[in-house]
Amino acid sequence: MKHRRIRLMPVAAAMVAAWTFALPDSAVAQETQYFPVASSRVGPYSAMGTGYYGAQIDYMNYVNMNGGVNGVMLTWQECETEYNAVKTVECYQRLLEKDGQRIVVFDTLGTPGAYAVINRMAEDNVVLAQYGYGRTDAADGTVWPWVFNAASHYWSQIAVKMKFMAEQEGGIENMRGKKIVHLHIDSAYGREPLPAMRQIAEDWGVTLVEISIPPPGLEQQSQWLQIRREQPDWVTFWGAGSGMNSTAMTNAARVNFPRDRMIYVTFGAAEEDMYPAGDAAIGTYAMANALPGDSYPLVAAIKEQVYGSGQGNLSDESRVGSVYWNRGLGAAVMWIEAMKNAQEMHGKVGQAVTGAEFRDGYEALNMTVERLEEIGIRGMVAPFAISCENHEGAGRFAMMQWDGEKFQQVTDWEAPLDPAFIRGLVEESAAKFASENGITPKEC
Amino acid sequence: MNAKTVFMGYTRSDLANLVVALLVALVVIPTVVQTDYWYSSILIPWLCLSLAAIGQQIVMGYTGQLALGAAGFMAAGAFACFNLILRVPYLPFPVALALSGLIAAAFGILFGLPSLRVRGIYLMVATLASQFFIIWMIDKFGWFKNYDTSGIITAQDILIFGKPFTSPFEMYLVVVVVVTVLTILAINMTRGSTGRNWMAVRDMDIAAESMGISLLRTKLQAFAISAFFCGVAGALFAFTYLKSLEPVAFDIKLSFKILFMVILGGLGTINGAFIGAAFILLFPVVLNSIGNNLFHGAIDATIISATEQVVFGALIIIFMIYEPLGMAKLWYNIKQSVRSRFAPRSELPRQRAT
Repeated sequence: MKHRRIRLMPVAAAMVAAWTFALPDSAVAQETQYFPVASSRVGPYSAMGTGYYGAQIDYMNYVNMNGGVNGVMLTWQECETEYNAVKTVECYQRLLEKDGQRIVVFDTLGTPGAYAVINRMAEDNVVLAQYGYGRTDAADGTVWPWVFNAASHYWSQIAVKMKFMAEQEGGIENMRGKKIVHLHIDSAYGREPLPAMRQIAEDWGVTLVEISIPPPGLEQQSQWLQIRREQPDWVTFWGAGSGMNSTAMTNAARVNFPRDRMIYVTFGAAEEDMYPAGDAAIGTYAMANALPGDSYPLVAAIKEQVYGSGQGNLSDESRVGSVYWNRGLGAAVMWIEAMKNAQEMHGKVGQAVTGAEFRDGYEALNMTVERLEEIGIRGMVAPFAISCENHEGAGRFAMMQWDGEKFQQVTDWEAPLDPAFIRGLVEESAAKFASENGITPKEC
Repeated sequence: MNAKTVFMGYTRSDLANLVVALLVALVVIPTVVQTDYWYSSILIPWLCLSLAAIGQQIVMGYTGQLALGAAGFMAAGAFACFNLILRVPYLPFPVALALSGLIAAAFGILFGLPSLRVRGIYLMVATLASQFFIIWMIDKFGWFKNYDTSGIITAQDILIFGKPFTSPFEMYLVVVVVVTVLTILAINMTRGSTGRNWMAVRDMDIAAESMGISLLRTKLQAFAISAFFCGVAGALFAFTYLKSLEPVAFDIKLSFKILFMVILGGLGTINGAFIGAAFILLFPVVLNSIGNNLFHGAIDATIISATEQVVFGALIIIFMIYEPLGMAKLWYNIKQSVRSRFAPRSELPRQRAT
């Protein structure tokens, strides 16, 4: 026994040495910009994590293959968060600096993780880019200069859903007396839309029934029996993870609740959430902040160039162009556009930018239809602009419906009926946070 | 190396250990470690979870009660601390911390009651209730979260005598002081009559009872003290590491982790709590950095992430087979073998008092 233990020592020492020496080899003369990839590839949210972060890596590879960002090559480091707030904090600290260069942006793809690091952003000069998730009142840029939820937040999303219902019912006046069940995972993320939803329901005379499902949400029988008793006109489903999302559809089929009366949240609106439910999924509505499809020129180019040369990040190439992959692409495009803006605004074309410069570039994002066309994703995301006060971006969503094979787009990019009302809620909530934490809102 | 006491019941080696530990914690680490990463992502969570593991150790390792639900008590402590600071003006942080420990201890007594009737694996099931009840209660009643719409609240800054402790190093100091004080307290209890009562109950409760030890008192005391440690650990974890409070952070997985820390570290040892916490917390981090640095781009990242978990699981099994008494025993064996090589023959080997 003793001999074996001793012989292990040099092996361990060699491994540690190899690991230490493996670190500095990326420090080359070439100007580089370092990005963090805090991915979640294992656990119940793996479908989301592999697709989303896979697309970000694919796009960075694609940019590098085409000469970088005005000559600046992109580097990145990955860290596994398992969609866990505790691990996200550790990953954030670990990824924060590499070879003396600090990250300029962080993307947790998860509300719990975003909340866990949100207060470090201003101090560390890092942009928190929440692509359609996270803290909603961060849309108020005066209180949250470093946090963005571009690609629209949950309050706009629920408002667009209710607008869609009203259109289906033939107008707001027909909504009076209708009943909506908000079936949600029992977590902060599941409750996030409620403040806006309650208010709209009250204004419209709609009965709102809130039913929660304890995480991980694979057990939903009692909740669906309750839905059968309530006989709602609509169900807004706010789940997380493919398991929970597909279980809801199979249970709906069991109690005979029509699938075309269910509207899924963006984080249940992916192919991976629909396939497991089989035919039970047909007809389900889902919201998109980035539409799926691989015919967009940029998606096709990445497929050809990155996957063609065998450098694609996804092992299953057919997932390129799926909902989560395209969403990750949308997020990565914003990073690179922001970086270009930052280079131009601060006279650093061809050089790496700092967090503060990147923040300015992000805030100056103006993705017009023409710009989206140039990049090659026209139609995949809604055109938008970010400003100093408004960190939400488009605030618009498209409705899709599952036909058993893929999603069909049923509406164009829709904004809430009363965007000013949603904005009011955001500002109110941000002002409460500012006063509780002694923050003086920035002048814009 | 003699067992003679030199100061208030402590032996010379106890004092030497304390001095070495304090020197490392307050002199060596601050001079060697300069990056915030080490303070905020390694040392602080390690110390916080070690404290929780000591709590689990008291109830499980010393009193022999198979309890699961340490994370529930941590949540109770964390949210108690948040509410105390929020609602009681001018409350110094150390006082809030102690009070939140006491609130957690009250929950500990409540959920320790089943231990009087059921034992073993059945008690484990019964104590699971604490885990779910506390988390449910915090989630259900908005008051605990100050009616925050999102349900994730920001922890206040730590203020001690008007001085803010907000940088990673300052928070590290706070954690070190609290953990040192409570660890000394725990060692004292386990060596004194309190600990002897616990161990008597653990080894044979009927014999203990016939010797005049009150089972009711001893068991509930163990649960209360255990929950106190977990509560303080939870408050520190939320205020110095997460800097936000969210019930989901204290889920059943964390309870299991703390349980594994105690089992892997070695039941019935205080240093086992520290070693076990280090292993469970730090090993995945090490594996993840090795995976991402060594195989960056070479292997599919999804496979790396999955492999890390397999390796970690395999290591746990290997350690349990190789040393079922835990890593504290392993550490003891290493110390003994080093000592036997350098010490004169006459002083060897001294029996270990457990």
